[in-house]
Amino acid sequence: MKGLVLLGDEAIGQGALDAGLSGVYAYPGTPSTEITEFIQGSKEARERQVHAQWSANEKTAMEAGLGMSYAGKRAMVCMKHVGLNVAADAFINAGMTGVNGGLVVVVADDPSMHSSQNEQDSRFYGKFAMIPVLEPATQQEAYDMTRYGFELSEKFALPVLLRITTRLAHSRSAVQRSEIRKENGLRLPADLKQFILLPSLARQRFKLLLSLQEKLEVESGESGFNRLEQGEDPGLGIIACGLSYNYYREVATAEGLKHPLLKISQYPVPAELLNAFVKQVDRVLVLEEGAPLLEESLTGVLHNNYRIGGRLNGLLPRDGELDPLLVKKALDIPTAMVREVPEIVKNRPPALCKGCGHIDMYHALNEALEPYTPGRVFSDIGCYTLGALPPYNAINTCVDMGASVTMAKGASDAGLRPAVAVIGDSTFTHSGMTGLLDAVVEQTPVTVIISDNSTTGMTGGQKSHATNRILEICRGIGVEQEHIRVMDPLKKHHEKNREMIAEELAYEGVSVIVAQRECIQTASRRLRKEKSKKAAS
Amino acid sequence: MKRDIILAGVGGQGILSIAAVIGMAAVESGLYLKQAEVHGMSQRGGAVQSHLRISDKPISSDLIPVGSCDMILSVEPMEALRYLPFLAPDGWVVTSSKPFENIKDYPTEASLFEEIRRVQNHVIIDAYSIAKEIGSQKVSNMVMLGAASDYLGISQESLEGALNLLFGRKGEEVVQLNKEALKAGKQGVRI
Repeated sequence: MKGLVLLGDEAIGQGALDAGLSGVYAYPGTPSTEITEFIQGSKEARERQVHAQWSANEKTAMEAGLGMSYAGKRAMVCMKHVGLNVAADAFINAGMTGVNGGLVVVVADDPSMHSSQNEQDSRFYGKFAMIPVLEPATQQEAYDMTRYGFELSEKFALPVLLRITTRLAHSRSAVQRSEIRKENGLRLPADLKQFILLPSLARQRFKLLLSLQEKLEVESGESGFNRLEQGEDPGLGIIACGLSYNYYREVATAEGLKHPLLKISQYPVPAELLNAFVKQVDRVLVLEEGAPLLEESLTGVLHNNYRIGGRLNGLLPRDGELDPLLVKKALDIPTAMVREVPEIVKNRPPALCKGCGHIDMYHALNEALEPYTPGRVFSDIGCYTLGALPPYNAINTCVDMGASVTMAKGASDAGLRPAVAVIGDSTFTHSGMTGLLDAVVEQTPVTVIISDNSTTGMTGGQKSHATNRILEICRGIGVEQEHIRVMDPLKKHHEKNREMIAEELAYEGVSVIVAQRECIQTASRRLRKEKSKKAAS
Repeated sequence: MKRDIILAGVGGQGILSIAAVIGMAAVESGLYLKQAEVHGMSQRGGAVQSHLRISDKPISSDLIPVGSCDMILSVEPMEALRYLPFLAPDGWVVTSSKPFENIKDYPTEASLFEEIRRVQNHVIIDAYSIAKEIGSQKVSNMVMLGAASDYLGISQESLEGALNLLFGRKGEEVVQLNKEALKAGKQGVRI
């Protein structure tokens, strides 16, 4: 099948561009990063001057997307699942304001936590905000549904959540493009009070949102993305949500299964459709890539409908992503003996790169902390989280973006001295700055190490908003000049760096130490680029 | 025609480039393709794999079912063994002999080869030396692709076309180096 070979993420980027996108807003986060990178790399997007620069965090991205929608244009906001927690205030309230230009919010969930700290299912957020949710199963559907998402958003004047998971985000297949739609012109909302959520107006908006729910269900039944596939064996019916459809189809083809199947890719799911399906089969297996959202609403909290099974009754594991084998087991199909992984095969955990500045920073920090009891380093989300592993064993927490600074502050408030925060440059401007302000206001004794590699490293080296701004930001927030220190994290400066950290650990106030060294990956890419440029000229 | 292949290696060894070349060539040849890969955290010196599926019929799952993979194509011998549960009873293991040792408890080469030889259909290739002889150990990945190319059901021409597309930006020299590696791998020195 010819066409463009695209990752699920890239298919979404292409779909949005072809749907007349005027701007994408995002903060990098695996597995969502490649959507925005695709648009940044697109020649068409550059020619059309589609906005594609990174935002400081998911909340600023969500709000900027809403602003572009307010002005009448089509905007897309992309993030990983935990990013939606950061953007949640804006996201939920965007359901209340509604939109003007089409607004699609793409959230990439990470079941099995390949690169994340939890496996929350973003469909709950869609339900919470009472907005339509789309869940494509294939790369082609990712393309088509992104386009449809914008139509849907403008039809009901609501934001639309497009939910994907790691496996689709990072899997390639051929995608056929369809006709390119022109971008919207600048056009303000007909009602200039639409976006004012004063309580009196918000109450009206909420009634409107509630009144739309039935229409959204009807739309989900008619769009064609939820579809019934008849089968000759009604002993069991399959309800397959999003990507899990693929796994059932894989097993069904191999095993010659003929169960009726309800493919779900759009929410809210019409109750009538579910009711009719459940009635026509003896038992139901619900396949969901993520939490048992639909299964739970079908069985009810009492779980007393014994005809319905899935992740809640143990047919499928409660956690982790699905795969063909798990689906096969849930269908009670015996599996042939498979080979085992030989014992000599050892784990190969991810590691900090050779020549990475975080390494020298951790060596200096560990030594500076030697006089104290262990357990006082609060860290954050990024490559430097690998400092948790041997040989460093240097950090004690990793919770959410920015939590290093604030958790160190709380522990210090409780009497833990010294308390240390280790945070990266991009994470600092994402969510660390406000916490630092809290510490400055109270003069809480904390030592904040900003390990500044001048990039967003873990996600592949995206531009960091912090680059060349950290010292000014810290000064602006009010950290005392003599306690803003800069170190060069290199082996040859080890002794000097250790001393610097030791001095600041002893200070009864807010200290910031910026360990500054360019990411080895970005540096080598930059050098290669400069070399080839030189060769060309 | 259907081929389910697991590409294996360590982050930075060029697994995704092999996947990209086969993928482009397959689609250009009118075949269906699904190719799942690993991005993010594991790329930092961790184990990396890609599930590559090509077929003349539509493909459902992005992941290869356990016990049904036709070939494990690996740029590293220990990584070749990590995915054995996926291998079909009559499946092939095609691997480079050169270990990538970035962990303390890395097994001995002899024990690795012994395990690989337990799989009836196996090919071990000194891709590293072949690549070095051509000009750079970096193209070990393309030597391995060359070694597997007869089995892929995709013409040499299509694979070379994909190399043009993938590496064209980096200049003719890089394209030629990769093409040579592909050819050398096809002729392969087996151990």
